[in-house]
Amino acid sequence: MTHHFILRVITKLLIPLILLFALYVQFHGDFGPGGGFQAGVIFAAGLVLYALVFDLDTASEVIKEWVLLLLAPLGVLIYAGVGLTSLYFGGNYLDYNVLAHDPVHGQHLGILLVELGVGITVASVLTTIFFSFAGRGLRDPKEALKKSSGDRDAGQTS
Amino acid sequence: MSVVIDIMLLGLMGITAIAAIRMKNLFAAVMLTGIYSLLSALWFLILDAADVSFTEAAVGAGFSTVLMLSTLMLTRSAEKPSRHSPILPLFVVVVTGAILVYATLDMPGFADPEAPIHTHVAPHYIEESKAEIGVPNIVTSVLASYRGFDTLGETTVIFTAGVGVLLLLGIGRRREDGDE
Repeated sequence: MTHHFILRVITKLLIPLILLFALYVQFHGDFGPGGGFQAGVIFAAGLVLYALVFDLDTASEVIKEWVLLLLAPLGVLIYAGVGLTSLYFGGNYLDYNVLAHDPVHGQHLGILLVELGVGITVASVLTTIFFSFAGRGLRDPKEALKKSSGDRDAGQTS
Repeated sequence: MSVVIDIMLLGLMGITAIAAIRMKNLFAAVMLTGIYSLLSALWFLILDAADVSFTEAAVGAGFSTVLMLSTLMLTRSAEKPSRHSPILPLFVVVVTGAILVYATLDMPGFADPEAPIHTHVAPHYIEESKAEIGVPNIVTSVLASYRGFDTLGETTVIFTAGVGVLLLLGIGRRREDGDE
């Protein structure tokens, strides 16, 4: 993968924009189209693009696998934790009205936190899924290429 | 004008679907499903469902295509010739399709304001969400607040999917294995 010079330069230019756009979609989801789910997918797409153009080992240096495994449940816990917090303040489960003095402010805070939880879980789970799929095939792209051209029709390369 | 765009998009979707089914080369089939997703994202945009369109473009056209391609690295790139006769599957599909088409006859007309879905809770969401939630994007207020339980469930489903893939495939396992 020492070739693809243009791809690598363009990718380096694009990835910050993709990640920035993901954050915009995440936090602007109250006002425009988007929200946690879309933002998570876009963020994961940025990481996947990095792993595709450079290689998987470099990508897992950027974001360590244990970080991903930590973040995936963290998102769900943030979401469920918002529900428990509203129980604590005397509301129903996931009733954001009680989170602040003003119900509308409470709703804003609740939605922000909940969407953040969704975004974190989606981004880390999708990246994990890609890493585990790709980890079986193209951990070293050159080797995988050799392998796939060699015994593609001989049988499965597992 | 909008009718022309509708017909063109739906026609292209039909052509892409048929081409993807008939394609024996799996790489080309994966690419065609990606194109299909992109077209349906456009279609959702025409139906004013910007959020759904956004998701379809990101997941359907982007992410799942990449996942399919990385799966393709592990398998062969051409479809196995089928040994079964196509009569029975064709029969099942035609009968199921006919039942589904028959069922649509009972559905309310497209964009009918009297349809049950437009008279139950939707008016409340549209009229009150500005005062109750104060978020301009009604889709977000429905997803995250009115239907917060559903979204919690969905997030848990995604998490469970990740756990399932990890249990089946593991993460970065091949690094120690070397060449098998």
